Amino acid sequence: MRPVYMISGGITKFAKGEPRKSFRVMVKEAFDYAMRDCPRLTRERIDGSVLSYFSDHFTRQLMAGIMAADMCGLVPKPTIRVEGGGSTGGLCFQEAWRHIASGWMDCVVAMGFETMSHVNTWKGNEFIALASDTNFDYPVGGFYSGYYAMMVVRHMHEFGTTVEQMAQVSVKNHKNALHNKWAQHHYDLTVEDVRRSPMVAYPLTMLDICTMSDGAAVAILCSEEVAEKLCDNPVRVLGVGQGSDAMRMADRPHGNVILLKHEDASWYKNLKYPGVHSFRAGRMASKLAYEKSGIEDPREDIDFVELHDAYTSSEIQTYEDMGLCKYGDGGKFIEQGHPELTGRIPVNPSGGLIACGHPVGATGLMQAVFAFWQLQGAIAKHNDGDGFIQVKQKRGLGRRKMRGAIHSHAGTGTYVTVSILESTR
Amino acid sequence: MAKTIANKKSSKRAQASPAKAGGPKPKYDKVRLPESDEGAVVFCTDPLTVKSHYEIDYIHSYAEDSPFFRGLAEGKLCGSECTKCGYRFATPRAYCMECGAPTKWFDLPLNGRVHTWTTCYFGSEAFLKEAPFNLALIEFDGVNTLFLSRLIGATEKDIRVGMPVKAKFRRLAQFKPTDVYFVPAEKA
Ligand SMILES: [Zn+2]
Repeated sequence: MRPVYMISGGITKFAKGEPRKSFRVMVKEAFDYAMRDCPRLTRERIDGSVLSYFSDHFTRQLMAGIMAADMCGLVPKPTIRVEGGGSTGGLCFQEAWRHIASGWMDCVVAMGFETMSHVNTWKGNEFIALASDTNFDYPVGGFYSGYYAMMVVRHMHEFGTTVEQMAQVSVKNHKNALHNKWAQHHYDLTVEDVRRSPMVAYPLTMLDICTMSDGAAVAILCSEEVAEKLCDNPVRVLGVGQGSDAMRMADRPHGNVILLKHEDASWYKNLKYPGVHSFRAGRMASKLAYEKSGIEDPREDIDFVELHDAYTSSEIQTYEDMGLCKYGDGGKFIEQGHPELTGRIPVNPSGGLIACGHPVGATGLMQAVFAFWQLQGAIAKHNDGDGFIQVKQKRGLGRRKMRGAIHSHAGTGTYVTVSILESTR
Repeated sequence: MAKTIANKKSSKRAQASPAKAGGPKPKYDKVRLPESDEGAVVFCTDPLTVKSHYEIDYIHSYAEDSPFFRGLAEGKLCGSECTKCGYRFATPRAYCMECGAPTKWFDLPLNGRVHTWTTCYFGSEAFLKEAPFNLALIEFDGVNTLFLSRLIGATEKDIRVGMPVKAKFRRLAQFKPTDVYFVPAEKA
């Protein structure tokens, strides 16, 4: 495998509904943004594309990927569609990485989108719930918020996690998004606001859950040689990892924790793992990504994380899967302020899915774009001069370059990707 | 009547055409797609947004899971036991996830406990009219995995993790997993 670099990215502003633009025009706009941000890159230099969108139901258009590729003028070059639920965007990023790392291509565009406003919210919930076992799970009351609610009820039972701790995640992410012009929602909230908003599935309220969105995002990856030629400030993809778990939560085992390098088996003597309280796929993805990136202790070796907070609860669960804290300490981790913008390891400085929106196939690529801008030190450049959410590198770590992790997650933790990006500045 | 109108229209057009000077009428002049009063449901004119309907009936086979659904109609809950490692799955599956060997059917106990639960106040369109409803993952003694079901006869206020519950079955089977549901086994 050879080194892979990200040299540009682009996104559309995510919106609840964007009826004036079809998915292919949204992708084209994100693509054009990325091309403008890397002026020496010409379309002729691009060897192919990888497309990601989650559900054929939302657009009611099969082979939508090729329509986005042709709108961007990327035919007759090779192109492929990637799909894996909520993790579709993250998988797309990693597929593009494989295109380059394997030596097959020197420059590839990862492009993702979703147009979820074409059905009403209840129908959208149904389409999403079809990504659960349609013999045993969907017909019982298929509703993803219900599935995640059951997972966090068990997390609360095992570890004493509280609804206030969950609400703090929503408050934090929405506060960060106040300084992100790309975000779908700009709300200044309190814990009480989150708890008072309508209950969706106990204990998750409307403000504990991300919304559906229309939007597109693009990331351009290339080889070292191309990056040196075309980009003054590329970002290296240091390593990628991926994991999976059984579709049905009911089937998940109750065994032993998969340990990260800095962890000790004695921490988890009495914990049955993953059960339904933790995401084994997230742990596996983190472990592999850390191993490939030479990360000994993510608490020290990563400067920020953009993770898949479709639910406030899943952000807390993911702190633990990624080893930012011990299993069981996720609630305390947010309570003590560690994932805040000024905390030990800022999590979702962009505002995450909860505030930025979640157009499924674009989401994982949106995270890549935000992380790319962070590592370029270019947040203000892309945010009308507002650099408030620009993360500072950990103090006293001059010995290494700044690093960010992106984490993309599919329904109840079935597919999870973790990719580690590093500045070259 | 309709015919008259059509004739009038076509004669008007004939006058305007260069063929009027005694030449033969254009051969395809009367070829028209039939009109209908179907129209469109329009939500918005700019951007033009119309209703687009889509519906499918599947011929869905439960295939290897068929015995489970037939079992529900007989008041029986069937799980899957690995023929090699003995792992017991509360939700049926043809092959063991732990070792890959085929499974055989076994009868689950009808009494279990709530492993985790929620009350849904919203939902997918198909279940919206049933909200609020409770979902629960049920654990059974001597079984390694869980079973997803509806829990009735209790509310958000009184459901607890670990609460004993027992299975009940619909008298008139619909051959869906909701043919079985759970109720509290005793007051918690
Ligand atoms: Zn087995």
